[in-house]
Parts: sequence; structure tokens; C-alpha cells
Amino acid sequence: MHHMTLTELAKGLKAGDFSSRELTTSLLDRIERLDGDINSFITVTRDQALSAADAADQARAKGDSRALAGLPLAIKDIFCTQGIRTSCGSKMLDNFQAPYNATVVEKLEAAGMISLGKTNMDEFAMGSSNESSFYGPVKNPWDRTAVPGGSSGGSAAAIAAGLAPAALGTDTGGSIRQPAAFCGITGLKPTYGRVSRYGMIAFASSLDQGGPMARSAEDCAHLLGAIAGHDLRDSTSVARVVPDYLAELDAPLDGLKIGLPKEYFGNGLDAEVESAIREAIRVYESLGAKVCEVSLPHTHLAVPAYYVIAPAEASSNLSRYDGVRFGHRCENPVDLEDLYKRTRAEGFGDEVKRRILIGTHTLSEGFFDAYYRKAQQVRRLIRQDFVDAFEEVDVLMGPAAPTPAFDLGAKKDPVSMYLQDIYTIAINLAGIPGISVPAGFAGKRPIGLQILGQHFAESQLLNVAHQFQQATDWHRRHPTDQETT
Amino acid sequence: MQWETVIGLEVHVQLATQSKIFSGASTAFGAEPNTQACAIDLGLPGVLPVLNEGAVAMAVQFGLAINAEIPETSLFERKNYFYPDLPKGYQTSQMAQPIVGKGEVEIVLDDDVRKRIRIHHAHLEEDAGKSLHEDFHGMSGIDLNRAGTPLLEIVSEPDMRSAKEAVAYIRAIHAIVTYLGISDGNMAEGSMRCDVNVSVRPKGQETLGTRAEIKNVNSFRFVERAIEFEVERQIELIEDGGKVVQETRLYDPDQDETRSMRTKEEANDYRYFPCPDLLPVMLDEAYIEHQRSTLPELPTEKRNRFETSLGLSTYDAGVLSSTRPMAEYFEAVLAVCGDAKQAANWVQGELSGHLNRENIDISNSPVTPEQLGGLISRVLDDTINGKAAKQVFAALWNNEGASADEIIDTRGLKQVTDTGAIEAMIDQVIADSPVQVAQYREADPEKRGKMIGYFVGQVMKASRGTANPQQVNGLLKQKLDEA
Repeated sequence: MHHMTLTELAKGLKAGDFSSRELTTSLLDRIERLDGDINSFITVTRDQALSAADAADQARAKGDSRALAGLPLAIKDIFCTQGIRTSCGSKMLDNFQAPYNATVVEKLEAAGMISLGKTNMDEFAMGSSNESSFYGPVKNPWDRTAVPGGSSGGSAAAIAAGLAPAALGTDTGGSIRQPAAFCGITGLKPTYGRVSRYGMIAFASSLDQGGPMARSAEDCAHLLGAIAGHDLRDSTSVARVVPDYLAELDAPLDGLKIGLPKEYFGNGLDAEVESAIREAIRVYESLGAKVCEVSLPHTHLAVPAYYVIAPAEASSNLSRYDGVRFGHRCENPVDLEDLYKRTRAEGFGDEVKRRILIGTHTLSEGFFDAYYRKAQQVRRLIRQDFVDAFEEVDVLMGPAAPTPAFDLGAKKDPVSMYLQDIYTIAINLAGIPGISVPAGFAGKRPIGLQILGQHFAESQLLNVAHQFQQATDWHRRHPTDQETT
Repeated sequence: MQWETVIGLEVHVQLATQSKIFSGASTAFGAEPNTQACAIDLGLPGVLPVLNEGAVAMAVQFGLAINAEIPETSLFERKNYFYPDLPKGYQTSQMAQPIVGKGEVEIVLDDDVRKRIRIHHAHLEEDAGKSLHEDFHGMSGIDLNRAGTPLLEIVSEPDMRSAKEAVAYIRAIHAIVTYLGISDGNMAEGSMRCDVNVSVRPKGQETLGTRAEIKNVNSFRFVERAIEFEVERQIELIEDGGKVVQETRLYDPDQDETRSMRTKEEANDYRYFPCPDLLPVMLDEAYIEHQRSTLPELPTEKRNRFETSLGLSTYDAGVLSSTRPMAEYFEAVLAVCGDAKQAANWVQGELSGHLNRENIDISNSPVTPEQLGGLISRVLDDTINGKAAKQVFAALWNNEGASADEIIDTRGLKQVTDTGAIEAMIDQVIADSPVQVAQYREADPEKRGKMIGYFVGQVMKASRGTANPQQVNGLLKQKLDEA
């Protein structure tokens, strides 16, 4: 039961093999037993989960047949949940309880889903290893000496460890796809604007996008259908009909044109990762797809442009954490400046401070044109690269990350950490959707295949991913439990 | 040396939307602190702004009223700085691409000289909250009710040359926004606040002097005083061999002086950049034309019409068009009585006198324009004389009757024009005043003119003010001069 997909669990509930309460209880017990070491949850909401499960069981008895009703999931601790701490992985918000739910949380509740709790993450989603969390690093369930990836590392690890069948993540530069790859699960970053950002704590507003993380593309399709859509409370959400993401899952891939960006197979790509990806491409060829090489010529500019734009927006977005109205506040401030300085010095970790400093600098008078404006120009070029590539091919494929999960504590130098996102960052800059699906292992550590599509081509991505998962079983594998006590 | 003053103004107008510019919270004035601030106004984590379309419409209407360009695209940016009453740590404002482009406003000076003041641009932004430094025992209180209130900041070119011109300009802006109904224009409640940029230069010099910015002046009178003080300060400073430094100053009405707040060196770097949470505002031709079709007659047009088609003096036309309630009142009176000059006299005379004395706004006048128009009609058709009219007005003011006609009726104020009746009263007065009659008749004919006043007064008194004074005068003369 702990490693079943949402789709399978829904069947089990419907067949009466188990109740929502049994399912939820068993997961909560597993979390209690196993998560002490993995550390994938910041807050577990046992009582709320159990009463929601009881309500779901009653509703089902009365004929509630909604696809997701009574199914549990975990929520990244970046989504505001009414009355439950939303920490964003930061000391700054350790005491923060939002008086409202994020739109996606509302939508999942409306679909009948049950939240098990809030998952660990890099502080304010700034990181690629989950090591910048105030609540301590998350361990990769496949190899406890490895990171789970980040920033949605808690969500990915919880799914891999059999603690939750699915989770919500967010992706600003790869934060869904890279941890999905490192933990051997499926994670989708939707098109920018597809999913409401209301109630999702902002890191870099023009790049942030919430999305599903699960054990299969099919499960991601279910979840995306539930959370996508225009939200009057988010002006950047797009008013566009939400299709039935399940409808095209089974479409054959005959004649699908796959482009391999040559820039994604160059220096720095781990040999084992490359061979797993090439093997996955051969699977697609066997399914009738045509493969060719394409070029995304501005790829090398993506990381530098991202590390101007994202910190610039973050420096402004994080100004509200000033100790005045909510969150951490330093003891006995002597004056206003002291209040600001000590509150922020104490409340933020190093990586967050680093990005606030970078962002503040790049927006400063005299530097704005050289950094921010230039980065926005580069962003347009990167977007155009993808538009041009999609003139020739249907989807792009490549590795989700240049290496498998690295060791905890291995990346001391921030720039080497930033380069982890070299294949994921451009996708956020362009606003297109991307999905990472399990495609093999390097030793104990999973490898993820990234598939990219045109704006709003989620149906196609899910179809392409689903067909791969029909032909392979990488996504069905799971690590063995390791008790810690 | 002859000095010339150069003034530019930034006027912040609070727009009269029901809800805030980026949230659904109410903008009503005077509520308990922090009861009108929702999660968005508080800048809680995860919240997002949604632009209030009403604020956009109002800004566009203002732009059209000053013949400004309305750009197809405008953009919201973030102005970043830390302050406890600025919840998000940035103010959402407009910088590079404001909603209203270049325009102009006509002002009228005392001697009826008209002058055009160029508007550089006007932009939308959100207001901050309020910091309260008293009553908190060494701490500060923050009231965020005002946070997120929509403001239109109207930035002029440095086209004004005196405090009087600056005040005339603010009055013109005030008239435009209140005519449009996009602001209540209530300066005491902070609905209009001005930042005044002042510099001086030797007369004839082209380049501008170094300016000081006087922040947050909130009355017509204070604007005038602040400028006068500041001009004098700058001239004295320069004449004593000093230099004006670019700085922000504060006007203190109690001391009637400006004081330095911070110099340019201490100024913030606001790190403006486009707000990623808000889409660019795109306005098409049809939208702009629709807004144009909603515009009322504006103060300048009204003033011109009052002067040319109603034949009012420039002064009267100016006063009566100065605010929309005033103009509407006047026009309603005129609609009833049909005589523009009488309507103008009554509105500016008796009515304004009463209103000013009791500090009542014309829109709350106890005498309605219909009542006043009815009263004037009775003067015009000679039903009552001027003296009785004042009594009727007083009665209407005190709500002692529903209409002029009713009051005239119940009090018997109808003018007596019956010659026989007047003659009878005159005869009685003559009979009762033998001494005065004798004096009159002995006096030089030139002196009699003054002496007749006594008899007129007696007759009017006898008629309880209802006799037609011209008739009384004529008949008295006849009778006294008869002998």
C-alpha cells in the first residue's frame, strides 16, 4: 500500500480493500517510524488528517466518487495552510500561521484530498539540496548519505520513502524536477500561469510555479487537473480552459518528434546519467518516435541570467520579513534599525542572505542596466531558443540534472550548487512546462529524464511520460525501509 | 538682486474607489486602527495584488480631463524601502511607464491672468499606512487602514513662479478631481497631499537653482506659507554667501517654518523594477473613448460658459465654478428662477454668508437650491421686496417653512403695492409727526432728500416691511411737498 500510486489507491478505496482512515493511519505511522532519519516533514498534521479521512470515508459511503477523494498527500511547506504553521523552511516563519489557504490547497481540499502535513524544503525554496532548511537537511531515501535534491526535497523524499503517495512542490529553477530525479519519482513543473501562485510564498515571482510530484505521470495528470486553472486572486494566472489531462495519456507516440538539445549533453554531464538518458531515448525510438539533435544556443546564459533575475525579485519579495507584523522578531530592539538588522540577521540563513545581497546589488542605481535589464534581454533570447526548437520538434529531452544525487555536505561552494540547475533553469526563464521521470540508476541513486514541451503542452508531456512508464518500470522501484531506532 | 521663484508640485490625490487598489478591503476614512487591512494590505506571505479597475478608470478620466496622452501600455513597478508602515517593504507604484502622460492645466490668477501649467505625468500607486508616535510610551503605533489606498500622483513641470500660482494650481487640480468625482478632495482627511519643489534663481538666469522638496503639505494655506518661508530662506541663504543643498524638508505649521528631514546623500536607492505580480495595463482606443464619454463638463469649460453665455463677471464665474457642488447648486437655482445674475448674487451673498458663518458645506445646505430659486422668483416678480426676501431666507434656513411662498403667505410678507393703502399709511405718519413735517417743509429742497428717510422708515415700519419702498418714496415726496 505504501508504494502504490494514487490511481491504484483510488481503486483500493473504491473496492473497499481499505478505508481512507486505514490508509491515512498507516502512512502517519510510517512517518512516525521512518521520518526521524529522513526528515522529510516539518509538520505532520495527524489529527486533521484523520478527521478528514473519516469525513472522506463517510462521504464515500454516501456515494462520493470523485477521483481524488480520500487520498492523502503532502504539501510543501511553502503553501499557506490556514491555522497550520507555514514555515517556508525558515526560522523567520517558524511561528507563522497563515489565516488563509493557498488556492491550490483549497482546490485539493475541494477535490477531497487529505493533507498529511507540510514537507521540508530549502529555506524560501533557495537551494538544490535541501540543506539550507532551518529544520535540517533531508536524507535521500535511496541512499542516506545523499541529498534528496531541492528545493522540494521533502516532498520528493516523502514519496520515495513511501510516506506519502503524492505531494505538492514548487519549481523556480528546477525545484520540482531535480529532486524528483534524485529521488526516483515523477515531478511536473507546469507552464508559468497554469497554476495559481496565491498563497504560495514567493521566492521569484516571475519564475515560481507550483506543480505535482507523484509516483507516475498518470498521478501527476490527476493532480494537475485538480490544481490548474485561472485564479482571480493571481493576475499572472492564465484564463485558459483546463483540459482533461487524462484524456491523451494513452495516445500512441508514433511519429513523435523528439529533439535532443546538444547543449544538454556536453561537458559536465555525468557518464552514467548520459547513458541512462540515451537508453531512455532508445525506448522512445522503439515506441515509434523520431529523434534528432537540436540547439538551444543561449543555454550557457541561463544560469547567469537566472542568478540576476531570481535574487532581484527575491530581495524585494523578502523585504516583508521585517519583524514588524509577523514572523521572527529579535529580542528587545533598541530602535527601528536594530529591529530590522537583528531580526533579519537572525531569521534568515546564509543562502537567503546571499541572494538578498545579490538581488539588492543588481537592482541598485548604476547596476540595474548592466544586470537586471541585460538579464531580461537574455531571458527573451532563451525563450526564443525554445520557440524556435519547437518549430522543428514536438518535445525536447535530456537529463534533469548533470549528476545523480550528490553527497550531503559535498557542495560547499554556492556556484557549484547553482550549476546543479543548469538543465532546469532555462525552462523557468522561458515559462514552458517540464517533467522529470525516473529513467535508471547510478548505483543506488536514481536518474531522471527531463521532457520539455511548448507553453501549455502539459497534456502532451504527460502522454509522452506516461507511455515511457508503460514501457519501463523505473518509476515502480522504491528503496527498502531503514528503521532508525 | 532680483530673484525668481521656481515651483513644481507633486500632488497625491486619493482616489474615491470603494476598495483598495490591490485588495478588496474598504477605503472608508476614520475606522478603528487596523480594521480595514486585509491579508494583502498586511503583506502576509503568499498574498498577491489584483489591480482595481476602478482606479484605472479614474486615472484615465483625469488624464483625459487635462488633455494628456494616455499610453497604450503602462506598468507597475516596485519602489523598495523599509519602513514600518510599508508592509511589503516596497510600494507598488509606476515609474518608467505611467498611466497618464504629458498634459496641461489652466490656472486663473487674481488679476484674471490665465496661465497654463504643464503636467509631466500622473501615475497610480498605493498609499502606505500611518505611523503614530504619540500615546505609545516611547514606542510607535502602526495603523494600516490607509495602506493600499489608491493614489494618483500628479507631477507638474516647474512652471509656477509664486506661492499664489502654486495655490491656484492646486485649486485647479482640486476642482478637476472633484468635478470628475474621482476624489472627495478632502484635504483635512489627507485626500490631497502635496510635495512642493522650490528653488530660486537670479531673474533672467536660465538654469534652475538647487531645489528643496517640502514633503506632505496638506492645505492650500500651508502650501502658500511653506513656499513663502522657503523662498525667503533660500534667498537669505544665498545672499549670505551660502548654498542651497538638495534635500527633503518638512513644513511645520505651528512654527510656520520648514525644517530639513534628509539630504540627497541620505536618500534611499529605491531599486525600482517592474512588479512581477502585476501584468502591464493595456488600454485600447475603445476603452479610452468610453472613459471620455463619461466625463462631465469640467471647471474651465463651465467657467467659460458662465461668463460667455450667462453673462456673469469673470469673478463670479470663477467662484461659482470653483467646486462641483457649488456649480451644481448654482445651476439648480438658475433652473428654477431663470435669472443668472440674481442666482449668482444670492448664492455668493446670503447663502455663502450663512454657510461660512456656520461652516457648512454647500452640498449640506439647509436651504435647497429649489427653495432659493423659488425665493428669487418672488423677488423677480415683485411679490416681495428685498427686505422681506432676507426674512424669508432666514426662515428657510431655520426650516420654518417648506417654501418661500408658504413663508410669504403665513407671515403676510407679500409686498403692498396698493396706492390707496400706502397713502393711508402715509397720511397717518404725517398726522403723527407734526414737528418733523414742519422741519421738513422749512428745509432747503436739497436737504429734504436726506430728511425724507425718516418718513420712509416710519411708513415701512407701519407696513411691517411689506410696502413697496419705491412707491412709498414717491408718494411721500408728493404729499410732503404739496403744502
